[in-house]
Amino acid sequence: MQPFKSMAGVLLAGALALTGLAAVAATPAEIQKTFEAEARAGAPGFGGFSAERGRQFFDSTHGNDWSCASCHTLNPRQPGKHAKTGKEIAPMAPAANPQRFSDAAKVEKWFKRNCKDVLGRACSAQEKGDVLAYLMSLAK
Amino acid sequence: MNKTIQMKMFDVIVWAVALLFAFGLLAGEAMAESKGVAAANATWKAECGSCHLAYPPQLLPASSWRQIMAGLPRHFGADASLDAASAAEIGAFLERNAGSGRRGGEAALRITETRWFLRKHDEVRPSAWNNPQVRTAANCSACHGGAERGDFDEHAVRIPR
Repeated sequence: MQPFKSMAGVLLAGALALTGLAAVAATPAEIQKTFEAEARAGAPGFGGFSAERGRQFFDSTHGNDWSCASCHTLNPRQPGKHAKTGKEIAPMAPAANPQRFSDAAKVEKWFKRNCKDVLGRACSAQEKGDVLAYLMSLAK
Repeated sequence: MNKTIQMKMFDVIVWAVALLFAFGLLAGEAMAESKGVAAANATWKAECGSCHLAYPPQLLPASSWRQIMAGLPRHFGADASLDAASAAEIGAFLERNAGSGRRGGEAALRITETRWFLRKHDEVRPSAWNNPQVRTAANCSACHGGAERGDFDEHAVRIPR
């Protein structure tokens, strides 16, 4: 009984470690759910996300030189181009590029960096959710 | 007696083949290095290569890489912050393969400001840099077609017109 128990424990720990190590695969809808939970927790009057608000946010500058569209273009179904280096950037719309919004850590990394560049601050869950709603609304 | 001679000859042949093989490997490696096919690291390639070419570590000395890695949240005007684990792995890779400093990059954080870079590119016409296909001296691939593979062979350079 005792050896069996400890072996089960080792197996369980191993399985947990494996799931923790593997890049957490997600879908855009799942990532949107986490933004929604975050937005609800932050604002009791949360009224949902809006693709139209996301589009406006994406296309406009917010006090700094760059907008999202400066690199990702006004048509995120198309490849973009880094505003400074000229390096090509794969399309942002999941319909055009299934790898987008499939890795929560990567999504966080880029929102953190790019919001800093575009707004000079972190984006709110509402802003991130609106942008994702916009990108998800774009058909191929 | 005959048998021992045969055995010795066999020994010599095996050694000769092994040595030739070893020299072949070394020569191949040296050739790869002269072509610039340098050390690689998957995290470095993915992270440093997402906004610009993953610049080869040997083009700057370790002190420059250390400063660059310490300032990622303000990386030449953009936020390039990294999680601690990736930053540590990339920093170690860059320093392990860094240049000796003889390229004149002691104080430089930009490869394009090292003495070596300026000397190597002094015959490039100013109009070539302003070509919309080039835009910036940081855009190695515009003229060095093999830059992504670490190949900067000057005989393969094609300046867009």
